[in-house]
Amino acid sequence: MIALTVNGKYYDLDVEDDAPLLWVLRDELGLTGTKFGCGIAQCGACTVHLNGVATRSCVLPAKKAEGAQIVTIEALSSDSNHPVQLAWAAEDAPQCGYCQSGQIMAAAALLKANPAPTDEDIDKQMTNLCRCGTYPRIRKAIHRAAALAAGKAS
Amino acid sequence: MSNNALKAGPSRRALVFSGLSAAGGLAIGLPFQAFAAEGARRVTLADGQDSHPELNAWLIIDPDNSVTVRSPHQEMGQGTSTALAMLVAEELQCDWSKVRVEHASANRNQRAGGKLYVTMQTTGSSGVRTTVPIMQQAGASARERLRTAAAQRWGVDLAQCTVESGRCWHKASNRSATFGELAPAAAMVQLAVEPAIKPPEQYTLAGKWTPRLDTSPKLNGSAQFGIDAQVPGMVYAAVVSCPEFGGKLASVDETPIQGARGVIAVVKMDDAVAVVADRYWRAKAALGKLKPVWASGGASSVDSAQLDADYRAALDGPLVTAREIGDSAKALAAPGAKVMEALYEAPYLSHAPMEPLNCTVKLSPDRVDVWISTQSPMAVLGLASKLTGVAPENVYVHNQFVGGGFGRRTQHDEMIHAIAVAKQVGKPVKLIWHREQDIRRDRYRPQAAARFRAILDPDGKTNTLSVQVAVGSLFRSLGLDKVESGIEHPAVQVIGTHPYKIANNHVGVILKNTHVPVMFWRSVGASQNAFFQESFIDELAHQADQDSIAYRRAMLQDRPDYLAVLDVLAQKSDWAAPLPRGRGRGVAILDDFGSVAGAVIEVTVTKDGKVKVDRVVAAVDCFHAVNPNTVTQQIEGGVIFGLTAALYGEITIKDGAPVQGNFNTYPLMKMAESPPIEVHLALTGGKTWGGIGEPSVAPAAPALCNAIFAATGKRIRRLPLKHADLSWS
Repeated sequence: MIALTVNGKYYDLDVEDDAPLLWVLRDELGLTGTKFGCGIAQCGACTVHLNGVATRSCVLPAKKAEGAQIVTIEALSSDSNHPVQLAWAAEDAPQCGYCQSGQIMAAAALLKANPAPTDEDIDKQMTNLCRCGTYPRIRKAIHRAAALAAGKAS
Repeated sequence: MSNNALKAGPSRRALVFSGLSAAGGLAIGLPFQAFAAEGARRVTLADGQDSHPELNAWLIIDPDNSVTVRSPHQEMGQGTSTALAMLVAEELQCDWSKVRVEHASANRNQRAGGKLYVTMQTTGSSGVRTTVPIMQQAGASARERLRTAAAQRWGVDLAQCTVESGRCWHKASNRSATFGELAPAAAMVQLAVEPAIKPPEQYTLAGKWTPRLDTSPKLNGSAQFGIDAQVPGMVYAAVVSCPEFGGKLASVDETPIQGARGVIAVVKMDDAVAVVADRYWRAKAALGKLKPVWASGGASSVDSAQLDADYRAALDGPLVTAREIGDSAKALAAPGAKVMEALYEAPYLSHAPMEPLNCTVKLSPDRVDVWISTQSPMAVLGLASKLTGVAPENVYVHNQFVGGGFGRRTQHDEMIHAIAVAKQVGKPVKLIWHREQDIRRDRYRPQAAARFRAILDPDGKTNTLSVQVAVGSLFRSLGLDKVESGIEHPAVQVIGTHPYKIANNHVGVILKNTHVPVMFWRSVGASQNAFFQESFIDELAHQADQDSIAYRRAMLQDRPDYLAVLDVLAQKSDWAAPLPRGRGRGVAILDDFGSVAGAVIEVTVTKDGKVKVDRVVAAVDCFHAVNPNTVTQQIEGGVIFGLTAALYGEITIKDGAPVQGNFNTYPLMKMAESPPIEVHLALTGGKTWGGIGEPSVAPAAPALCNAIFAATGKRIRRLPLKHADLSWS
């Protein structure tokens, strides 16, 4: 048995200790916003927050997430009104959209740790892959989100 | 999605892009008159598409004034669904904020003999350009019937009724009614004549930068992709195919996973083995414990070194002539002819969409349901029917958002596996190709080699250009066509279609397939051929000691579209401004998929050979842009797709099998390497509409390599760049 706290709810789950958190979220809890991309922590489509830190859930045994506050894209905000989501909408960042849950979670964690990231900070922290090539708009959206959070933009 | 849509659950067709509810209303479509005769019948589709009193199948107006456009094309990020809805709304004159999109039903199309939504295939940058008149007419026809219903309601002259933003007006009496109010009556209206379509200069919405309708669900995890399908009672399957293409499954010992928690079955297929379990990770983990024994298909000694040599050797012929202008052979044989020669090579490339291939199926004796991310729901329907024996009219394809396609999702190898598994276990199955399976069982962009020979006039102008190209046939590999002519368009894209005025231009082609399957890939032949040709043209310009843009311009004097794109590129890229050694600019231009596309790329190459792309200026003439927002996205994304391939992309073969299997060995460009991309639309208008999903891909590699030459003097004739020594001193 594993006890997880996901999006503020407590779950007792009858899964193996080494079940990857990604698949527990998707297949046990039905939280399909978090995506499978590579299974080896290369692409970041599976990014969730563990105690506010961006974490690639595809290689994380669920047991190791016990005791942590796990937040998925579904609960980043109540109504898609997190500054990162607002900025993503304003820049129309997504194309196919498959990697965007992970991108948004990575960006939200980046801004929490660094409210005014430079381009270099973004380069260093945003390592999620996007096959559609939305990087230019993601970069703009992160700067916009920083400004929104600081009350400098609408 | 709205609460209503969510409450409707899986029976509701999954894709509604805006947050509006749905209830009865008016539907309008093509062929308009034929369907109008059926009146306001209530249509219920067995795949759960909403019921509406409808005239036909393309456009619905509900009592709350919401407008639902049924898109015959798939949404895989390219923005077609928003663009098609804009074309409808432009003619309909509705309130744009009330517009939403859902996927049209493949099953319904099948039952209409394939004549309703036609191919439904989303390939070849065709989504908008082939569908413009249909969507325009759908909107215009609906508007006129709403207006007619208003005139009838008020007993006034039709000519006095106007339409504004989702409302019909009789201004003389200051009466108005919403589209939603008028829809039931409009559904009964038959028009004597279909209305004319607006000329582009009267557009008020089309042509304007417009937010996508599908962004909102992609920000909060609610967008449903194929991999997200949930079917009651389903089990999960993981699969691995024989590493060597053409090899077979000989045997597999199941004892290592006997008794493993959740494991339901091992399914042996001709060239693959699957493990079925109650959860995907259990299936995947169990699969990893099996050691299948594979039987070689005869290619177990093939490797990339041999393939490289084979493609080079194939250039010596025999070749089929794909283009003959003047007499290149004579010019090349002339005594004293000074011939420049170069060999170019490009590798196999994988599609690697972020959503790996996957398929969920539910089989019943008289009905098949398929949930899949596809570029071709009609192909899914046909293949599922063939594999199950269920009549195609009883196959239901539940289209989902597509997590990237790039050409791969027109062949449904994953569904073959899913149906084989479902047949054996007798339950609904979600089968997911893990990333290694997705890359190793891809059908690649073909490997290719090309040899160029050229002679310059005394003034430096290209007098003779003779090209031989050896490349795999996509059509033969896919079993679509035997290509008895020996020439297919992807093999000679750009090389055999370019507009450069050259006195002697010969193109010879040999379609050479190996045991490695090949298929369409975002821009496919144009991507490798443009790298070859636009790089070699640059070699010629350099040999002639002429500016690369000026050199091209001189050969393009009768192509105003090309010249306009080149002018924009030269101006916006600061082309004439000098750069120090170690930095350089390169240009490339071509036309494919109905559009002219070019790029100037600026790079820095460090002395130890590290390349940084500093800036990309891209320009495209697609003649018309329905939504400059999504057109710009496609150009940005296409450039990055092309740069990724140029810098890193290769699938190599060892022991008959692909070597690369995941993003650690098949890397994609990341944020840190992604350059600023400036997009310029150089639209020249006219009657044709160009494609936009692919044209910006092909200029990236040659523009990049030409920039590297400008920076370092090193000419790149073989991709990917990661193997090239670019150091300089």
